[in-house]
Amino acid sequence: MKSPLRETLLKIRNMNEEKQEYTITVYTENQVGLLNRIAIIFSRRKINVESLNTSPSEVQGIHRFTIVVMETRDVVNKVVRQIEKQVEVLKAYYNTNDEIVWQELALYKVLSDEITEKVKVERLLREYGARAVAIRKDFIVFETTGHREETNRLMEALAPFGLVEFVRSARVAIIKESAGFHDKLKDFEKREPGEELIENEYLGKREAVFTM
Amino acid sequence: MEAKQLTGSQAVLEAFIAEGVDTIFGYPGGAIMPIYDALYDYQEKLKHILVRHEQGGIHAGQGYARTSGKVGVVFATSGPGATNLVTGLADAMIDSTPLVCITGQVFAHLLGTDAFQETDIINITMPVTKWNYQITDASEIPHILAKAFYLAKSGRPGPVLIDITKNAQLQKFDYPGYTTCNHVRSYRPKPIIRKEYIDAAVALINDAKKPMIIFGQGVILGTAEKEFKKFVEKSGIPAAWTILGLSALPTDHPLNVGMLGMHGNYGPNVLTNECDVLIAVGMRFDDRVTGRLDKYAKQAKIIHLDIDPSEIDKNVKADVGVWGDCKETLPLLTLGIEQKERTEWVNLFKDYAQKEYDQCIKDEIYPKTEEMTMGEVIRIVNEVSKGEAIMVTDVGQHQMVTCRYAQFNQSRSNVTSGGLGTMGFGLPAAIGAKFGALDRTVVAVIGDGGFQMTLQELGTIMQTGVDVKILILNNQFLGMVRQWQQLFHDKRYSFVDIQSPDYIMLAKSYGIEGAKVEHRDQLATAVKTMLESKGSYLLEVMVGKENNVFPMVPQGCSVSEIRLK
Repeated sequence: MKSPLRETLLKIRNMNEEKQEYTITVYTENQVGLLNRIAIIFSRRKINVESLNTSPSEVQGIHRFTIVVMETRDVVNKVVRQIEKQVEVLKAYYNTNDEIVWQELALYKVLSDEITEKVKVERLLREYGARAVAIRKDFIVFETTGHREETNRLMEALAPFGLVEFVRSARVAIIKESAGFHDKLKDFEKREPGEELIENEYLGKREAVFTM
Repeated sequence: MEAKQLTGSQAVLEAFIAEGVDTIFGYPGGAIMPIYDALYDYQEKLKHILVRHEQGGIHAGQGYARTSGKVGVVFATSGPGATNLVTGLADAMIDSTPLVCITGQVFAHLLGTDAFQETDIINITMPVTKWNYQITDASEIPHILAKAFYLAKSGRPGPVLIDITKNAQLQKFDYPGYTTCNHVRSYRPKPIIRKEYIDAAVALINDAKKPMIIFGQGVILGTAEKEFKKFVEKSGIPAAWTILGLSALPTDHPLNVGMLGMHGNYGPNVLTNECDVLIAVGMRFDDRVTGRLDKYAKQAKIIHLDIDPSEIDKNVKADVGVWGDCKETLPLLTLGIEQKERTEWVNLFKDYAQKEYDQCIKDEIYPKTEEMTMGEVIRIVNEVSKGEAIMVTDVGQHQMVTCRYAQFNQSRSNVTSGGLGTMGFGLPAAIGAKFGALDRTVVAVIGDGGFQMTLQELGTIMQTGVDVKILILNNQFLGMVRQWQQLFHDKRYSFVDIQSPDYIMLAKSYGIEGAKVEHRDQLATAVKTMLESKGSYLLEVMVGKENNVFPMVPQGCSVSEIRLK
């Protein structure tokens, strides 16, 4: 017997109990030591951080962390609340992959001889939309952006042709439903936080997704 | 007019005065000498208590904060001085005790060079502080200290550590004056109260047939004792406490049904698994309270009031999470609920209490054996103190017995290391507790194990003349571990047999009067002598070696599987 309600409930249960990739977005003050404060929240629970990026956000003076972990929803929810509890953290969110748009950047260093001599390599680079960022007599550095699998594929394809060095950045992600942080920040600066800063988003719709 | 010039050290002490600090617990050393030098001129305004070890200093700060409701202030030097604070910080963190700890640090230009007595205390203490910060320039001192005090005491309180390099302590700067802090952009001390959750909670309570309240230290930290009592009385709901919530509601209140958890009372534990609505107020469902989680209150709707959003759903999923300061949320609930008497339900708790009394308590507080019990000692303390004393405990069997049997008429009277379970907490915490409540009697109940961990603080008592009644319950064992070895490890008593020095002689060497009681016929008089003595007193009572604390919820069992024997 399959009823739609049962289906939905099962789906929610699976979401809560199965480990999957979550992208955690954290808005913080720019302060020495905060990276460690956030990192120990994960290490204390023996959670491996798959990827971590930190850089200034669109709002001056506010930093944005993008952290990727493989965990259950339940654990991620608790971890995010612990992060948000830190004094210098303004707000933390978590999203599944279908709620975000994300990219990673990859750099490939290839010997110039291989590129100039082998047409196949040139074709490969074209196919993957790789862009040359440095051209030297002895080597050339290419760049692509994409998901992990995409950048991986080019790395594997280039391996037989003398890929000298490869490096990949952490994930950066935009939350599809997000309206950015400018308006939120105004609320934080008020002494009495406004209704915007909803605290308990769960009652009655406990399983609903996080929105900004 | 030129701005006033102060050194960083003077600015620290000016901040204390502006924050209403009257007592500092500390220990000097190389990297904090400029602050101690400045303190020399502030002795009139700031009382400094020289402890014998930094751990003693911070536990004293905790005791002070717990009885006074103010922020405890602690000084330590860099390196070993700072690392000796770590246990106390962890204890204060898990028990939400407001502290501001100032540590000295090597000169800023020496940071990271493995300089003498340099240690990275900021990173070491990161997981055990609510906030910490290193000051390397004196001009930061006024606003950072203002922030430190604000963060320590607001919202869910906690320890804050400020590490100040020696150059910043010495540096002269244009002192802008001190402004207290009441807002930090990225920090929200308390969540907004939302009416829909209040309404949902009220509806659940009004429909409940067998509701039960469980409360923790949140009631005390929120100074919401009155609000809580009104809520309990109007709702007619029986209320049980965690050991940190103890004394928030007088122990003889008709709706106070006792202690929760591993060594708690029979009724509240069993009935947790029978109630239909469980209202948790300012408590965090510690595993020592809940026992096995997957069999904890599964039949009940859970209402959870907490100021810290990360506590809701952390251990027990709440059906209604009432986020907010309970001083504000409790009156809103009280307003909404119907006045009720729940005689039949409350009587059920009384039935369980009677059963527990007959099968367990009676023999503990009026023993028929020749050996004395911890329970009877606490009963006699109650009879003399009439519930007016502050009871400070260490950790172990005596702690559970004291929490179970001590009577309290007023709040902030029970000081114990709950979350961290720090042996050695008792004696220094009692010293601090007394400084935090000078007009009250402070009794430190300590086991023979824990006392030997921090007994150097007898020196602090000697030097300051502080009046602490020390009650050592000596069973010649590390009793709680022995109890577990007996019950769960086939009586293989592995390194729990501990010897004691002559405590009375020891006390005497510190100028503290004392007595040892080995027979019941001297006990009542001895307790009375201790409580009525002028100044500190040490009473050692030899209790049964192999007595166990019961009832007990064995680890891995559900609260309703509590054993009376």
